[in-house]
Amino acid sequence: MADQNQGKAVQTTGHAWDGDLQEFNNPLPRWWLWTFYATVVFAVIYWIWYPAWPIASSFTKGIGSVTYQANGEEVTTHWNTRAELIEEMQTGSETLKQQEYMKKVAAASYAQIESDPEMSGFMRSTAKVLFADNCAACHGIGGAPLKLGLYPNLGDDAWLWGGSTEQIEQTIRAGRNGFMPAFGEVLSDEQVEQVASYVLSLSGSSADMAKAEAGKAIFQGKEGGCYYCHTESGKGMHSQGAANLTDQIWTVADVPGAVDDAGKLEAVKKVIRGGIQRQMPAWSGRLDDTEIKLLTAYVNSLGG
Amino acid sequence: MNDSDNQSDLYAARTHIYPRSVSGRFRRLKWGVLALAYGVYFLLPWLHWEREAGGDQAVLFDLVGRKFYLFDLVVHPQDIFWLAGLLMIAAYLLFFVTGLAGRVFCGYFCFQTLWTDVYILIERLVQGERPARIRLAKAPWGPAKIVKLGLTHLLWLLVAFMTGLTFVLYWGNAPELVQQFFTGQAPFAAYATTLFLTTTTYVMAGIAREQVCTYMCPYARFQAVMFDKDTLIVSYDAQRGEGDKGRSKLGKTLKTKEARTEAGVGDCIDCGYCVQVCPTGIDIRNGLQIQCISCALCVDACDTIMDSMGWERGLVGYTSQRKEDTGVQARWLRPKVIGYAAVLVVAIGLLGWSVSHQVPFDMTVAQERQPIYVRLSDGRIQNSYEVKLNNKTNKTLTLRFRAEGLPEGADLDFGQFTEISLRPEQRLRLAAKVRAMPKEFDGHSHPFYLIVEPQNAPELQPFKAQSVFYVPEK
Ligand code: SF4
Ligand code: SF4
Repeated sequence: MADQNQGKAVQTTGHAWDGDLQEFNNPLPRWWLWTFYATVVFAVIYWIWYPAWPIASSFTKGIGSVTYQANGEEVTTHWNTRAELIEEMQTGSETLKQQEYMKKVAAASYAQIESDPEMSGFMRSTAKVLFADNCAACHGIGGAPLKLGLYPNLGDDAWLWGGSTEQIEQTIRAGRNGFMPAFGEVLSDEQVEQVASYVLSLSGSSADMAKAEAGKAIFQGKEGGCYYCHTESGKGMHSQGAANLTDQIWTVADVPGAVDDAGKLEAVKKVIRGGIQRQMPAWSGRLDDTEIKLLTAYVNSLGG
Repeated sequence: MNDSDNQSDLYAARTHIYPRSVSGRFRRLKWGVLALAYGVYFLLPWLHWEREAGGDQAVLFDLVGRKFYLFDLVVHPQDIFWLAGLLMIAAYLLFFVTGLAGRVFCGYFCFQTLWTDVYILIERLVQGERPARIRLAKAPWGPAKIVKLGLTHLLWLLVAFMTGLTFVLYWGNAPELVQQFFTGQAPFAAYATTLFLTTTTYVMAGIAREQVCTYMCPYARFQAVMFDKDTLIVSYDAQRGEGDKGRSKLGKTLKTKEARTEAGVGDCIDCGYCVQVCPTGIDIRNGLQIQCISCALCVDACDTIMDSMGWERGLVGYTSQRKEDTGVQARWLRPKVIGYAAVLVVAIGLLGWSVSHQVPFDMTVAQERQPIYVRLSDGRIQNSYEVKLNNKTNKTLTLRFRAEGLPEGADLDFGQFTEISLRPEQRLRLAAKVRAMPKEFDGHSHPFYLIVEPQNAPELQPFKAQSVFYVPEK
């Protein structure tokens, strides 16, 4: 073969065109050719093994198959990445590990979860995803809504409906209905300003003392009746979801965002006039017990 | 060799090489290196090593656990830059010895050379010495040829399989893995790797052989830049070998040195022994060639001949271009060699320092960005952090946290954990909170250190990680 060529000029294919036009014969190296044949063989196996050829409205299914559970039934289908993913989500080693942890968490008390660093680590990483999927639309990622107003910040230490794990779990399970009547119709503008001044003074903000005195009477008296829910001391009531007005946290009135005292007053007045109506849906039907448990522990860990 | 020959070489069918065996000092040295290399490679996975945590294998590359165990050293993913150091040291070591002694790596230490050596040994044990092998190759197919060639290939495959399997054993518990392997329960990767290495070993050492060195190995191509006039090379002393009238066989009249000098011929008796032993099939008497892997077997061969003639050794030997050209001994200390050595020393020193100062545990502190801060009911500001801990020691550590650089009254809160205990090789994520009155701060953000102090390991330094406490403007 090639060694016959050694020392000689390169051979031609033997054809001649136009009298003297000839073609060199330079065959590919053998290993190259064999590699090419190997890829052909590989391609044929691949065609047969995997779904490959479109046929009118269908396609060749290949000979690989995937088995997974769907609605309690075993489904076997031709190999495809979707089915493989479903199978992996049911039987993969990571899934099994996660399920095992879920069982552990389901059996533990809140105190146990909190005091076990591994379990609380698992709780945080799992619940973070649950929270992002279900709660973050209102409460924001990490529990802090983008703008103060409709939704409470879950990262602070004030709890409208109570911050014990039982109360949080109850909130998630059954939802909450927050309601404060609108006083715009009942109270005059002046009265509203007086009550607002009193409310501001409760948490130590500067306010007109005379107006605040008058406001206190409305707050504590029949006219306003604010004390029904917010209590006489203004500390609020968990059973009503009534806010504590003596602390620095404002869930609806944007007092921290106001630039001056007049702005603060306006923010509070707006709430008194318009009242509040807000709702948190019940999640018991949509999340299972372990998920609610994880979320409860997570929300609890967010706030102080 | 002229140019056109070189051209046609690429397309020429390969001429099979049947190296003759030889004995001598370099052959002995090579057997020694081989024994050492095989001994280490095949036995290391079976060496037992007591450890508190992790596998009890002296060398174990635990991919699943993401840790490499090398005797008492545990290498973590964070230490990956050691690999860069190691590769750099390997490269400079190669440059250094190449500058000094040419292709000694090729001739003595390269896997390709070592495994090919063993394959040639098997070939010789089964089929006999070079003439017998050539005869067998030319003989028509018959029972004897089938048995001999079959046995050779079988033994080759066995060595290849052992090589592949042994490689896999570095990545798992050796005895367990071997058992799983033969009962069909080993992971797919183990079978695939073994198959791959068995095939490559068989093909490279059994079939491709010197072609790997000549055509595939990149090192063969760029080593020339590290050569200079003083580099050691295997070379034939043409002046001595050829004399004025060239080399000549012994014949009847040219058996003594005197007779040869008189006739004007040199010391080379043209016996061809140096050509027959060459594993790359070249004739060293044609000068230094790219195929030469500097294995010095031709040196042993010619020394044997010279000894039997009673003449001085070294007709073929290690020499340098300078020695050949001018007769002056090669210089060892040259700027280039010293340069390589200096880089080498620095790199080894740095790696050694880094390995001996491996941090016993890792801590990273990441501030939660959403929300970046929260205002609490008493007006304080709270920032949250995620703290990641990784115990790289092999004992359980009891850790306590404190913050440095926060103003008086700031409060560091790890929830339920005042003290945390971390098992060997355990990784944990903890949530931490820092609370402080905003009026304590002048600027917007306040850098501080989170310090973790091992309580039960006095030999360990506290570990510091920096983070920031963010304070809103109002
Ligand atoms: S020429 Fe000599 S040193 Fe070079 S590969 Fe051949 S036997 Fe080895
Ligand atoms: S072994 Fe020595 S004497 Fe024999 S051919 Fe080679 S160089 Fe010449």
